[in-house]
Amino acid sequence: MDRWIWRFAARDTRGNRGRLLLFVSSMVLGVAALVSINSFGDNLKAAIDQEARTLLGADLSLESGSPFNERVEAIIDSLGGTQSRRTSFASMAFFPRTGSSRLVTVRGNQEGFPFYGAVETDPPEAATSYLESGGALIDGTLMQQYDIVIGDSMRIGGMDYRVEGRLLQTPRESAAVMLFSPRVYVPLARLDTTLLAAGSRADYEVYFRFEDERDADAAIEPLQSELRGYRVGTDTVEEERENWNAALTNLYRFLGLVGFTALLLGSLGVASSISVYVRQRIQTIAVLRCYGASVRSTVWVYVFQAAGMGLFGAFLGSGLGVLIQTLIPQVLADFLPVDVDFRVSWPAVFMGSGIGLGVTLLFALLPLLSLRDVSPLMALRSGVETGPRRKGWAWWATVGVIGLGTTGFAVAQAPSVGMGLGYAGAILIVFLLLAGTARLLMAVLSRRPPVGVSYTIKQGIANLHRPNNQTLTMMLALGLGTFLVTTMLVSEDTLVSQITVAGDTNRPNLIFYDIQPAQVEPVRQVVMEQGLPILEQTLIVTMRIHAVGDRTVQELREDSTARATWAHRREYRSTFRDHLTDSETLVSGIFTPAWSGEGAIPVSVEQDVANELAVDIGDSIVFDIQGILVPTVVGSIRTVDWRRMQTNFFVVFPAGSLDAAPAMHVIMTRTDTEAQSAQVQSAVVRQLPSVSAIDLSLILNTFEAIFSRIAFVARFMALFSVLTGMIVLAGAVLISRFQRIEESVLLKTLGASRKTVLRIMSVEYLVLGFAASLTGILLALAAGWSISIFVFDAPLSVPFASVGIIMASVVVLTLVIGHLNSRGVYDRSALDVLRSEV
Amino acid sequence: MTNGKNEVLQVADLTKTYQCGQRSLTVLEGVGFALATGDTCSIVGPSGSGKTTLLGLCAGLDAPSSGNVTLCGHPFGSLSEDERAAVRNEHVGFVFQSFRLIPTLTAIENVMVPAELRGRNNARPEAAALLADVGLGDRMDHFPAQLSGGEQQRVALARAFINRPDILFADEPTGNLDSETGEHVVDLLFRLNREAGTTLVLVTHDLDLAAMTDRIIRLHGGKVVSDTRTATALAAMEG
Repeated sequence: MDRWIWRFAARDTRGNRGRLLLFVSSMVLGVAALVSINSFGDNLKAAIDQEARTLLGADLSLESGSPFNERVEAIIDSLGGTQSRRTSFASMAFFPRTGSSRLVTVRGNQEGFPFYGAVETDPPEAATSYLESGGALIDGTLMQQYDIVIGDSMRIGGMDYRVEGRLLQTPRESAAVMLFSPRVYVPLARLDTTLLAAGSRADYEVYFRFEDERDADAAIEPLQSELRGYRVGTDTVEEERENWNAALTNLYRFLGLVGFTALLLGSLGVASSISVYVRQRIQTIAVLRCYGASVRSTVWVYVFQAAGMGLFGAFLGSGLGVLIQTLIPQVLADFLPVDVDFRVSWPAVFMGSGIGLGVTLLFALLPLLSLRDVSPLMALRSGVETGPRRKGWAWWATVGVIGLGTTGFAVAQAPSVGMGLGYAGAILIVFLLLAGTARLLMAVLSRRPPVGVSYTIKQGIANLHRPNNQTLTMMLALGLGTFLVTTMLVSEDTLVSQITVAGDTNRPNLIFYDIQPAQVEPVRQVVMEQGLPILEQTLIVTMRIHAVGDRTVQELREDSTARATWAHRREYRSTFRDHLTDSETLVSGIFTPAWSGEGAIPVSVEQDVANELAVDIGDSIVFDIQGILVPTVVGSIRTVDWRRMQTNFFVVFPAGSLDAAPAMHVIMTRTDTEAQSAQVQSAVVRQLPSVSAIDLSLILNTFEAIFSRIAFVARFMALFSVLTGMIVLAGAVLISRFQRIEESVLLKTLGASRKTVLRIMSVEYLVLGFAASLTGILLALAAGWSISIFVFDAPLSVPFASVGIIMASVVVLTLVIGHLNSRGVYDRSALDVLRSEV
Repeated sequence: MTNGKNEVLQVADLTKTYQCGQRSLTVLEGVGFALATGDTCSIVGPSGSGKTTLLGLCAGLDAPSSGNVTLCGHPFGSLSEDERAAVRNEHVGFVFQSFRLIPTLTAIENVMVPAELRGRNNARPEAAALLADVGLGDRMDHFPAQLSGGEQQRVALARAFINRPDILFADEPTGNLDSETGEHVVDLLFRLNREAGTTLVLVTHDLDLAAMTDRIIRLHGGKVVSDTRTATALAAMEG
């Protein structure tokens, strides 16, 4: 019997192979997406493993936010090896030739680093020559943006440097990182040390190369605890590899998840196509049953066909995936720290093919199980009712396996279990809502149309709810594609509008910081000389938490049962004042405007930080300000609107409590044009080189640049789903083509013109396109709203014009694909059609 | 035993009722008869009289609401759907009004289907011989769409006989054919039947065709209104 199943399954595909290929084509892109991204991921992992030393540029590094103390210096000496030091900080770079200035990350380097790999520059020799000549290397993008050429002069603080070359690739930094803050490399010996005054932020690093091939992890392990106590971080090749692996695995796994959506959508297309296909095989099945074929064997015949299709699609998809894999490094170029060689990852190919085959079989099984209900009586009378469809244990088991498989894969692929579950849940909800809307649409449209509605409209609408319609499949295909694209658009707009909104009206948009007390008046004067207002002036004191309640942070970090969060570890930049600002709202307690000088200082703590620290009103927190322990008590808890472009603080001290602490001043103003902003920045930097400035428009541009790169990657992956949706749509139109031809011929025989037939189809596709896009957009708005509230913590922003364009595009696309696949329907000979067997 | 021959089909008090919403519709009521090896029998009656339903029940394609069908010693009432299918594969041949060839198989492959379902992997020579016997030796590799109606029904006849069935059920075998082609198919049907010694159950509207069988069971409103020996049978008995 088994041999017969194989043989019959193969024979029965004759004349249908083209159609079967069309069915399977909808899952090809999904498999391709999975294979390409996972194969690339494997190559990336291999590249990181191979070049782990290059990523760190050394065997070991130590890093601190303040100069190393004597004990740490002793430890550094004891570690030996070849050492190279680096000091990094943010500062303004001024370019006299163009008169422009820009906040940059300055890296003061010593000879030696990187010990492994290389700093790539243009010209190549500049990578080392700047150290000898005392010049500078500048991020290539920055040079382009500010029209800086090699040979130009640059001033940082009180030091002038000749630009020796452009930085192309540096250890530990990807192109995306450069966008946040462009890098400038100068010799460590030529740093203006006045820029490293107390209160300024700087990173002090020392890199090691051990010629004796010792195990850096083992060497540093016994010192970790002591170094942590001095707030010195360590990084080894192994840690660097793990960090990059974790970050990039998350990235490509997330992209794989987006690709999986395409596979799910394609599988629905397969299920829908198989459903129509087996309906057309019912007479054959009935005859087989008459002649003694068992229920099981008839189902197996078509399971084998589906498996054959799935295998073919999986191979095709894998091949395409391998080809697409060559594009991924270009798509992700800005986020990669290493060059990734092209190699086919067979585990990824097998996994993608296996998942493609499995998903196709599972989704095909749903319609195939209905074959169990085909009565052999249908061979005698084709009109025999098979009765209500059985949805017995096998059907529910298949649905269960699909649900569990989808969730399991999502959890395995997603960066976190929560994200995987969220993804599976979201996909389920979107599919259910789209399917529900399709059913609702069909129910509404099946009602008797009002009197006076034209025949073409009535007929076109009837096509959407007649037997064997493809409305559900087409709604899913179009709706999901629209949903994905619109969700991305709305999320992008919500993010961008946050920055834009923050810069609206009369709020400050230019911030000067790192202002020493003696520099406050000169900065104010320069700003006012430019005709600009001083909108805000604040004092900032840098501190860390020493203890919460009766336990020090050190104790908490060493106690595996205690919870030490980012709020315990971070460096706080706090202020002191006698009032709350308009971005702050008191939640509990009483805000103390001024400190009497007695007892613990009553501070106001931001709500999220209070939650992280697990403190409430009356609890004590001891802050460490430049080595001096300052006991405080939580006097009030408040919320802060972080979107406001102004100085916001986690912790606010009362006036008079920090007068003696080393403070840095911040002055805010507002400029109306980019030119005005550049002018005042240059004026301040020329006179006071150690003062830094942040321009809101620059942040906005940087943000948009970063986001557009992320959005490009996300769109690239979403493209798989959109294209799959179009294939599923085309497939759905094609599989109902014979029915359309029959109807068209009947209408033609009864006297309908070509125009009438075309109008009927147009009405059908227009209603379908409109309903699907509207549903997709409404779901996207709901998803966008959820993301804006729960992820971005911001109000939803909808780019109505773009959403309108998406809607119009989907409607037009539906119309075009529908008509393209129905072309020639009217031209078929009536006799041909009437003689044909379905 | 019937007339000293083995009974192939026994039908006892057969009733079939369909449920249409709240109403029940009885399409067969208390039907009973028996056929022995080599018997030929026609079931006739107006449209809606229950002919095809009776054929389907006799062949085990459907289950009766009450009553029993025993085919070649197998009581269908105690068999599952797949067990009934196995009985059909071993003992039954079918000829349908609209031929019911599988469009994706060639003529010879269609003929081989029942044999292959039985697990026979060497049925090709036999299928070829049968096709040659029905005059289609040169059309073996043609697909159904490339054959005329009469040719398709001849392929169906060859298919019906490949497993040398004990009983053949033919549902309006000439219903979709012109009279000349129909006559040719009928001649073939009876010749093959005679040669194989197969019991034949024929559902037809055509009384001339019915008269060619030994026995005519007339249905009306789901009940047997007459069960008579035909002149052919009588002549045969006299002869």
